[in-house]
Amino acid sequence: MNILVCVKQVPDTNEVKIDEEKGTLIRDGVPSIINPEDKIALEEAVRLKEKNGGKVTVISMGPPQAKNALLEAYAMGADECILLSDRAFAGSDTWATSYTLAQGIKEAGEFELIFCGRQAIDGDTAQVGPQIAEKLEIPQITYVKGLKVDGKKVKAKRALEDGYSVVETELPVLLTVIDDLNKPRYPSISRVVSAFQKEDCIKVWTVEDFEVDKTKLGLDASPTQVYDTFVPTNEKKGEILEGNKKEKVKKLLEKLKMEQVI
Amino acid sequence: ENKVEKQEISGYEGVWVLAEQRNNKLMDVAFELCSEGRKLADELDTTLSAVVLASNIKEEAKELFAYKADHVYIVEDEELKDYRTETYTSVICDLINEFKPEIVLLGATHNGRDLGPRISARLDTGLTADCTKLAIDKEREILLQTRPAFGGNLMATIICPDHRPQMSTVRPGVMEKAEPDYSRSGEIEEIEVDISDKNIKSHITDSGKIINLKSDLSDIDIYTTIKEIIKEAKGSVNLEEAEIIVSGGRGVGSPENFKLIEELASVLGGEVGASRAVVDEGWIDKAHQVGQTGKTVKPRVYFACGISGAIQHKAGMENSNLIIAINTDEDAPIFEICDYGLVGDLKKTVPMLSKAFKDLE
Ligand SMILES: Cc1cc2nc3c(=O)[nH]c(=O)nc-3n(C[C@H](O)[C@H](O)[C@H](O)COP(=O)(O)OP(=O)(O)OC[C@H]3O[C@@H](n4cnc5c(N)ncnc54)[C@H](O)[C@@H]3O)c2cc1C
Ligand SMILES: Cc1cc2nc3c(=O)[nH]c(=O)nc-3n(C[C@H](O)[C@H](O)[C@H](O)COP(=O)(O)OP(=O)(O)OC[C@H]3O[C@@H](n4cnc5c(N)ncnc54)[C@H](O)[C@@H]3O)c2cc1C
Repeated sequence: MNILVCVKQVPDTNEVKIDEEKGTLIRDGVPSIINPEDKIALEEAVRLKEKNGGKVTVISMGPPQAKNALLEAYAMGADECILLSDRAFAGSDTWATSYTLAQGIKEAGEFELIFCGRQAIDGDTAQVGPQIAEKLEIPQITYVKGLKVDGKKVKAKRALEDGYSVVETELPVLLTVIDDLNKPRYPSISRVVSAFQKEDCIKVWTVEDFEVDKTKLGLDASPTQVYDTFVPTNEKKGEILEGNKKEKVKKLLEKLKMEQVI
Repeated sequence: ENKVEKQEISGYEGVWVLAEQRNNKLMDVAFELCSEGRKLADELDTTLSAVVLASNIKEEAKELFAYKADHVYIVEDEELKDYRTETYTSVICDLINEFKPEIVLLGATHNGRDLGPRISARLDTGLTADCTKLAIDKEREILLQTRPAFGGNLMATIICPDHRPQMSTVRPGVMEKAEPDYSRSGEIEEIEVDISDKNIKSHITDSGKIINLKSDLSDIDIYTTIKEIIKEAKGSVNLEEAEIIVSGGRGVGSPENFKLIEELASVLGGEVGASRAVVDEGWIDKAHQVGQTGKTVKPRVYFACGISGAIQHKAGMENSNLIIAINTDEDAPIFEICDYGLVGDLKKTVPMLSKAFKDLE
């Protein structure tokens, strides 16, 4: 079984601090991690390989340091990792990102299953998975929280707001996964060591290494543009109620009466 | 130089809302989007249309006029009863290609987030996810789409200047639902047009009519089948529509202490909410979680008890009308966004509040 997983390296947004003066994010010193749901995706792929045999390929688009994420993916059980890295990809929105990844995937081989995380914790759009599926002209199942692969058939539990649906399709298919699906394993130390010895476990491709239409890359080709960014401000400053416990509760009741809540 | 070809964008006009239904009942987010879409359409001096795909929706669809839609397009087919990526993408792309709306809004529900990116990829246009604010740049006549990113740490305003339609998703509960105006839904006359009719636009002249569009679905490659749709009984948690929410966080201390939160909620006739920390601890079901990866809520009153006010939590509740925070730490960030703050131990103050409210009755 030939399986591909899309992995994005992201800043740990829990660690992101804000420069209130400048209204920007302070990204220095913020650790880079594999996007959490992409680890779930990778775990599922590796489990399927362990059960059915086959190969797991990981692909990522990003700057050269995204290699670190791919080393970790290798240590978790990926067989081959491809990093699409070129200045030409900079500033891609999801349309351009999914185009670039889809072209890379076509070059990398024929895959029966393609996994993505539902959403990356930095861009937060949840758009890249479905857009890759559209560009590869294959079906998709999003929000997957349970999965059974049986021969050429896939049966997935797709989370809904108030329950789930059971969706069936035939391979090939693209799945986006959520964290109910599994609990990812820790990277194996021996595989980390062998990754450093096996230099070719991570391939880096520039625009020259796979077929791309150069007018469809990066910032210039992206339909959406970031027009402005700002740090959310706290519009209201709370009134802290003073006094002892009883007085505070009494004051709160008065306020709620005043606001016509009670 | 690699010149990017510019799409021809003149001729795109009007604001569209893709109104989602489940079981042939429109979701609240459809009305919220209509209310918001109306404002955008008025700014642009253009029309607002709602589009519904379903199996039987005629009566239900009339409600959309009360939320200020000028036109309502419906496509009815047994195959369209339940959302499916292939059928919905195909029919909606056909409609957009024929009618050429300049703006398309859809709910950031699980289905909307499955459909939106698929449509935007097929039409080669931009899509902005989870917008919290939409406005029109009058001068350039483009849509300004503001959304949180980096887990709510940063807000970005996104534009899609050279491609049409400009597409946005909006989470349920984020936009204000306007008062319905039932006097608008008076005269409804049905006309039937085939989606592939080249003169489709000329059939549609007067507003206030349900336009029943016919689509031949037999050409669409449908790969997926829906075996079943299961509703999970989660008690009766209905945070999105609750008027009052009492939420507990890690400061509640133990699963047993959640009774204090439940009691206050019940005295006030409200629902129980929670931070992710306590959901992860297993103290309460995920259905109660408020925040970026939980529900977005906008009740009249939100009590945050023992919740620090992490950015991901705030993202789901900061638009509540009145926020009351109870926390032992006077520097807790939740106090920065609350209306009234009570510094103290919730285990003492929450029961006092419950008792005080009970005594009022
Ligand atoms: C503040 C800000 C706001 C933005 N808003 C928008 C917007 O509204 N619309 C828009 O089109 N673009 C937007 N972008 C651009 C967008 O973040 C990038 O295109 C990004 O590369 C992909 O989007 P995402 O991070 O949201 O990924 P998602 O779509 O959330 O990612 C889903 C899954 O796709 C896969 N994936 C995504 N990116 C990669 C990658 N580089 N390599 C391998 N796998 C990947 C992963 O499996 C991931 O889990 C925004 C960027 C910024 C900085
Ligand atoms: C990608 C991502 C998504 C997330 N999504 C969500 C989300 O949807 N919703 C969400 O809530 N979080 C979310 N989080 C987690 C979030 O970052 C915080 O970790 C979480 O909200 C903290 O919950 P808390 O406030 O209950 O706990 P804590 O931060 O531990 O705060 C507990 C508070 O209780 C106070 N306290 C302690 N004892 C008492 C007492 N006796 N009386 C009164 N107060 C007391 C403390 O002073 C403290 O302020 C997300 C995180 C990530 C990375």
